[in-house]
Amino acid sequence: MKMTGAKILIESLKKEGVEIIFGYPGGQVLPIFDQLYDASIKLMLTRHEQGAAHAADGYARATGKTGVCLATSGPGATNLVTGIATAYMDSIPMVAITGQVKSFLIGNDAFQEADITGITRPITKHNYLVEDIKDLARIIKEAFHIASTGRPGPVLIDIPSDIQMQETEFIYPEKVEIRGYNPTYEGHPGQIKRAAKAISDSKRPILYVGGGAILSDASEEVRELAIKNDIPVTMTLLGLGAFPATHKLALGMLGMHGTAYANHSIMESDLIIAVGARFDDRVTGKLDEFAPHAKVIHIDIDPASVSKNVDVDIPIVGDVKTILKKMNKAVKKPDTKEWIARIEDWRKKHPLKYKDDEALRPQYVVEQIYEATKGNAIITTEVGQNQMWAAQFYKFMKPRTMLSSGGLGTMGYGFPAAIGAQVGCPDEVVFDIAGDGSIQMNIQELATAVINKLPIKIAILNNSCLGMVRQWQELFYKKRYSYTGLCYDSPDFVKLAESYGAVGMKITKKKDVRAAIDKAIKTKNVVVMDFRVVGDENVFPMVPAGGVINKMLGVDGLA
Amino acid sequence: MKHTISVLVENKFGVLARIAGLFSARGFNIDSLAVGPTEDPSISRMTIVSKGDDKTLEQIKKQLNKLIDVTKVVDFKEGEFVDRELVLIRVAVNAKNRKEVLEAIDASGAKVANAGSKSISVEAAGDQNGIKSLLELLKPFGILEVVRTGRIAMGIDEKVVKAGGKPEVNE
Repeated sequence: MKMTGAKILIESLKKEGVEIIFGYPGGQVLPIFDQLYDASIKLMLTRHEQGAAHAADGYARATGKTGVCLATSGPGATNLVTGIATAYMDSIPMVAITGQVKSFLIGNDAFQEADITGITRPITKHNYLVEDIKDLARIIKEAFHIASTGRPGPVLIDIPSDIQMQETEFIYPEKVEIRGYNPTYEGHPGQIKRAAKAISDSKRPILYVGGGAILSDASEEVRELAIKNDIPVTMTLLGLGAFPATHKLALGMLGMHGTAYANHSIMESDLIIAVGARFDDRVTGKLDEFAPHAKVIHIDIDPASVSKNVDVDIPIVGDVKTILKKMNKAVKKPDTKEWIARIEDWRKKHPLKYKDDEALRPQYVVEQIYEATKGNAIITTEVGQNQMWAAQFYKFMKPRTMLSSGGLGTMGYGFPAAIGAQVGCPDEVVFDIAGDGSIQMNIQELATAVINKLPIKIAILNNSCLGMVRQWQELFYKKRYSYTGLCYDSPDFVKLAESYGAVGMKITKKKDVRAAIDKAIKTKNVVVMDFRVVGDENVFPMVPAGGVINKMLGVDGLA
Repeated sequence: MKHTISVLVENKFGVLARIAGLFSARGFNIDSLAVGPTEDPSISRMTIVSKGDDKTLEQIKKQLNKLIDVTKVVDFKEGEFVDRELVLIRVAVNAKNRKEVLEAIDASGAKVANAGSKSISVEAAGDQNGIKSLLELLKPFGILEVVRTGRIAMGIDEKVVKAGGKPEVNE
């Protein structure tokens, strides 16, 4: 059957099982929006294209499905850029569709023209400019395949508006054949054997689990490997949830703001089993002195991640879940009793803590959100102190419940990501743990959440400043607080919430925190909670940038 | 250390920008880059000469392989390939030394591409050492302009880099 390009797009998205698109209209996507007017696929209209990109990302992280966002040419497309880069850094499957000026105008500096394939080349896994309508269906098929397989990532399709209006026969390809793209899944059997032997022979092993374990849905296999063999588990920010935080083998997050016991453990280990993690600088600190006694097993689907930062002894390229399944059969339980006793000692000596006084402290708020939700909520975070406190004090129990911009560190991510998560998981409680700085970067999406009846809870840890930068200024810039002060009363978050039709709460006392959270959870509307927390609280422990990760600030008896 | 890398890519719009962008974004050096079609019209070959230690080169190869439009990457090892570069050199001449210059060109095995009254354009193809010695030979006469194509390379004997699928990931 002959169809227009716009219709082909919608029909192809249906074939891919897409149920929702996050987007914003404009001149060069009018034919697509005309199709959407009565299509079975729904579009959620955000209030900014950046919100659409983050929402698609949050939807993907929470559900495991590929998120889709749509924007017009020029500024619409460039507004997606931060969201695309965020998804790229964290390997999130996303397809971004942009309108483009008519084919014959490209390169002409036409109204609302931007070379978006050029702009997004380094921040997409791949991208396409559709030059011929006959290629459109194949390109969409390829885009979804590339976005969701191998190491996932965003793919952008730029469609000139004349191509949206042209007609051709619609045939959706059954298969994808891309000769330059052939991810390895299975893992080399010899390497898996070597790794299993190394684990069996180890005395001080540690599992270092990253976002790849979540993307590969491998948390069951991680659990089996850890629990059967008594191997302690530390996780990266994006790995949180892969292993239940309350388990006795769980060490929490490692790295710059990791727990002291996780950092000591990895530094003293004799075997690191890296699972879908990439030895990011925030994790390793000073590379030359990182885990000097450890052999390294690295399981990752991206060969370029292996031996990029840390030299790896046993690399295994492939899908984490597939490989762990095979490895679990081959590992013989090592004797880790002594090792775990040592770790327990560190855990007792250097627990995560904060001052337990009358003051309303941000860590307490996060702990109470955990208590109230029993660790069952989906938590998104903004970026900065709020993000680190969420990682430290919320005990993540399940995969796909911690949604945070790890690689790019995008302020303004959390709230639109919460929208995507709530759309994908309508029955879950979704909290955005925010700061008063970050939340204002995409606050306009309150309209999207309220209108679409998404009962998201926004917990603003309002310290009236850009806390993480302020912390660095305090510690490393002689307390010269250059432009990091905000204002407690501008905006008035309660009134702001109310103006959008959401519920606003202001909490100033520690004793009122839990009741407010419980009330918010019961409220079937968007709730904005303005927690007026202590202004100068710092995130500890902290490894100064480039420092060795067992030399932490803010840990008793150390450094 | 210098490496000669042969990269087979889809013969598509924008591929050169992807490769060049990858090198600049990741801080890799390009000494020279030559692109042209292959025996398969849907595939182009890029010969890239790059500098870096083993770890950097490993990353370059892996990152190139990650690009969807790249179908094969081969880092040639010493003795496994032949390489050539075409160079055009314009040498200043005058009535006095004209004959001497022409004789030098002739003796070197290079060709005269164009002989003008004030300058002679010399054409030569060769490996890196051959071109280097030619440039040294002509230097005393006064070189006005040098145009080089960048190195192209081809494997010898078993080292055939033909259009086709990506090799299995080397673990």
